[in-house]
Amino acid sequence: MRVNFTVNGRPQEADDVWEGESLLYVLRERMGLPGSKNACEQGECGSCTVRLDGVPVCSCLVAAGQAEGREIVTVEGLADYAKHREGAHPGTGCGSSGCGTSLDDAKRWQSKPTDGRSGETRELSPIQQAFIDAGAVQCGFCTPGLLVAADELLEQNDSPSDADIREALSGNLCRCTGYEKILDAVRLAAARQEETV
Amino acid sequence: MGVTGSPTNIQQRSKTKGGIGESTLRPDGTLKVTGEFAYSSDMWHEDMLWGFTLRSTTAHAEIKSIDVSEALATSGVYSVLTYDDLPTEMKNYGLEIQDTPVLAHGKVRHHGEPVAIVAADHPETARRAAAKIKIEYVELPVITDEASATGPDALLIHEGRDDHHIGHVPHPNIVHRQPVIRGDADEAAKRADIIVSGDYVFGMQDQAFLGPESGLAVPAEDGGVDLYVATQWLHSDLRQIAPVLGLPEDKVRMTLSGVGGAFGGREDLSMQIHACLLALRTGKPVKIVYNRFESFFGHVHRHPAKLHYEHGVTKDGKLTHMKCRIVLDGGAYASASPAVVGNAASLAVGPYVIEDVDIEAVALYTNNPPCGAMRGFGAVQACFAYEAQMDKLAAKLDMDPVEFRQLNAMEQGTLLPTGQACDSPAPVAELLRLVKSRPLPPEQQWLSAGEDADVRALPGGLSNTTHGEGVVRGVGYAVGLKNVGFSEGFDDYSTARVRMEIINGEPVATVHTAMAEVGQGGVTVHAQIVRTELGVNQVTIHPADTQVGSAGSTSASRQTYMTGGAVKNTAEAVREKVLEIGRAKLGTYHPAWATAELLLEGGKVVTDGGEVLADLVDVLEDEAVDLELEWRHRPTVAFDLVTGQGDGHVQYSFAAHRAVVEVDTELGLVKVIELAVAQDVGKALNPLSVVGQIQGGTTQGLGVAVMEEIIVDPKTARVRNPSFTDYLIPTILDTPTIPVDVLELADEHAPYGLRGIGEAPTLSSTPAVLAAIRNATGLELNRTPVRPEHLTAT
Repeated sequence: MRVNFTVNGRPQEADDVWEGESLLYVLRERMGLPGSKNACEQGECGSCTVRLDGVPVCSCLVAAGQAEGREIVTVEGLADYAKHREGAHPGTGCGSSGCGTSLDDAKRWQSKPTDGRSGETRELSPIQQAFIDAGAVQCGFCTPGLLVAADELLEQNDSPSDADIREALSGNLCRCTGYEKILDAVRLAAARQEETV
Repeated sequence: MGVTGSPTNIQQRSKTKGGIGESTLRPDGTLKVTGEFAYSSDMWHEDMLWGFTLRSTTAHAEIKSIDVSEALATSGVYSVLTYDDLPTEMKNYGLEIQDTPVLAHGKVRHHGEPVAIVAADHPETARRAAAKIKIEYVELPVITDEASATGPDALLIHEGRDDHHIGHVPHPNIVHRQPVIRGDADEAAKRADIIVSGDYVFGMQDQAFLGPESGLAVPAEDGGVDLYVATQWLHSDLRQIAPVLGLPEDKVRMTLSGVGGAFGGREDLSMQIHACLLALRTGKPVKIVYNRFESFFGHVHRHPAKLHYEHGVTKDGKLTHMKCRIVLDGGAYASASPAVVGNAASLAVGPYVIEDVDIEAVALYTNNPPCGAMRGFGAVQACFAYEAQMDKLAAKLDMDPVEFRQLNAMEQGTLLPTGQACDSPAPVAELLRLVKSRPLPPEQQWLSAGEDADVRALPGGLSNTTHGEGVVRGVGYAVGLKNVGFSEGFDDYSTARVRMEIINGEPVATVHTAMAEVGQGGVTVHAQIVRTELGVNQVTIHPADTQVGSAGSTSASRQTYMTGGAVKNTAEAVREKVLEIGRAKLGTYHPAWATAELLLEGGKVVTDGGEVLADLVDVLEDEAVDLELEWRHRPTVAFDLVTGQGDGHVQYSFAAHRAVVEVDTELGLVKVIELAVAQDVGKALNPLSVVGQIQGGTTQGLGVAVMEEIIVDPKTARVRNPSFTDYLIPTILDTPTIPVDVLELADEHAPYGLRGIGEAPTLSSTPAVLAAIRNATGLELNRTPVRPEHLTAT
């Protein structure tokens, strides 16, 4: 079947989609957007969290057909989305030829000579920058899902208590950090948000 | 040539930023937060196929026949391979003993063992085709514990077993056995006023890294294969993969792709050989990505253990002796079991002074899931038992449990039960003092808050199961001792290549190692080390691959010590070479070139007095200095197989925990309120990463204390809970605040004085939580994880 939807602000269509394919599979394998992660594919770990018409969902539990005509934001589009939060259309993000990891890209991976703020100047959303600054990224596999969930929390609640943060992120498993630095990151992003208001 | 450094041209000395000791940020951080970091499951290649593994549904059976015809005839299927299709006589692999079949032949020995592999144009096609493979099994009795493994009529899991351990084990179903005997425990027991013994059970824990086993194999024109994969040790994989494929090692080129956590679970091979076989057979790139269900079968777990301990103590609280027997269940294949046995035995006494010990550790072959490496590696199970014993002894003596531990704590110079002296700081008593002296978290808030109490802070949390009635609080302590690095005479080394050159008018260093970055932050500290040693700001970390010498494994808390040490050592050699070039070119301009100790700082050559002699740009010009060197730690020896004596370990690390828990005694629910930790790290190369590792390790210990266990049916040896629905790891709601105290007592034998840190916090976290639950409830609790029924006696 064919599925038409908007991903990170750009209209997309996916052809030859199997009935049983998940939105996660279509994003990762057909759209070239591997940012949403495939850690359990059972809706238990939150690594594949995306916004579906603004609502955070586990994209592994959404059948691709359910995304027909809807708007999706993945971690790849998070910076644009945050930037255009007030606007009607969330940025222009990546398209099918955009942000995937081709083998050539993967082969060329090098950690560039920087202090963690990537060599290329790239605009990050406040929550993305806070995760880097607070040391909340270790292996990083849980990070995309946590970022999407945390960004939505901060959109709803600009000064969440620790209990609020824990509740909002309780659907996202992390195996490396012990969560303390993830809490730090969300607190940091919230504090920076307050400073700029 | 622009010359600086004449005696009249003294410049301001500028420190290089981002060196060791600073909390430099991860170089891969931006890619990881934008979703662009290439994990192994993200690899993509035009025209690529998907591989799938068919696994046994039974734990022990003879395979009478396998019929793949229907699977092979499925539209979209390119290849179906079984044991008969393996290209060489080498059909097994293994870390220490080559007993693990690439694909089952003749027999399956555990539930989930790979039997056949399929390549198809869609993952679902591959799965459906695999379901059409017909296998005829003849069930065999299952061996699931020591009694069934070593009983008089026990079937042999590996018939015709032939390896170097066999002479030292009492039964072929025992993988390895290591006694450690020192002094005379029986004689010393006569001096004891109180003797305390206990039996303990440690459940099977899973690494549960989030990034599933995955990778992409691409067939090459020269008949070889390029493999992009998440692993902990590229060269160890290569050594096991190439012979099975029948290829020389230089035709199997491996590149590390992004690793989503490891914790020991990627030491053994998973999909590597399968993907290569399918790629070579079909001539197309093949990607394999395990789903979570498969992941539980795709890697080895932490050994479950049964431990019997006996300690004696005098009236004034001094330990007299210790006897113990540790039985580890290694499952169907050896994996790292021999080394886990060595660790459990040699560290069984913990960080205490006990001169007379009688220790025996064994690992069994059974039909349970194979077990091998996991964070803490044998020391974790022992720590759970000896720390429970310490609390029991203190209670019998009516002593404070921390004071009792401090009274018996080892220190620098103490002889371990292996006869090895601990020749670096051993701040056991101090670490306990640090966690004990922290202020306790506020008292039970609902007692005063009444209706306004936040139920999220109570056991049961959001489920709103209590408002505080029946909730009791407890506090518990534990401390642990872990070795760092590979022990028992293993020739452990790492290799680093460091290159320095001028690019766009700036000195730039490149580091190339085969170190697996699994999330621990090695790529960050390598850049910090090079900045410190070579005084350049710009450091590029080359992707890890097999085009450079082995870095050894990212395990055993060894990588910062070993590959960090190799990078330091190679960078120092590069510095010498740079200074040599400088002397030859510019030496006549300043006498300090010949006489002073020279350093590289801020892109310049400076004297130890801070005088600038030259810019690196002028020293190097078009020249590049490029060196690749191996680096070794001081040698160790194998433990004597009868007495366990020998200087078997490289270094030790220590951590202590204090746990505060609240228990709903009516429902049996536990809420860990705080888990404070103190650890000696020798030298914190990157304090932010150090704290992250300590908190992460602590949380894995918390998990095994209260929720994590792979449940294996004792009658069928089938795994009951291979999913994140049923195998629970701590969420952010289960994990408390984890305050960390870091000590930096340098180990003079280690690079920068550092101490491996990754594993130690996992040891003492579990027994501290158990001690706190015992303290809260008064129950004995001798097994982990603690389940509600243990707390409510239902």
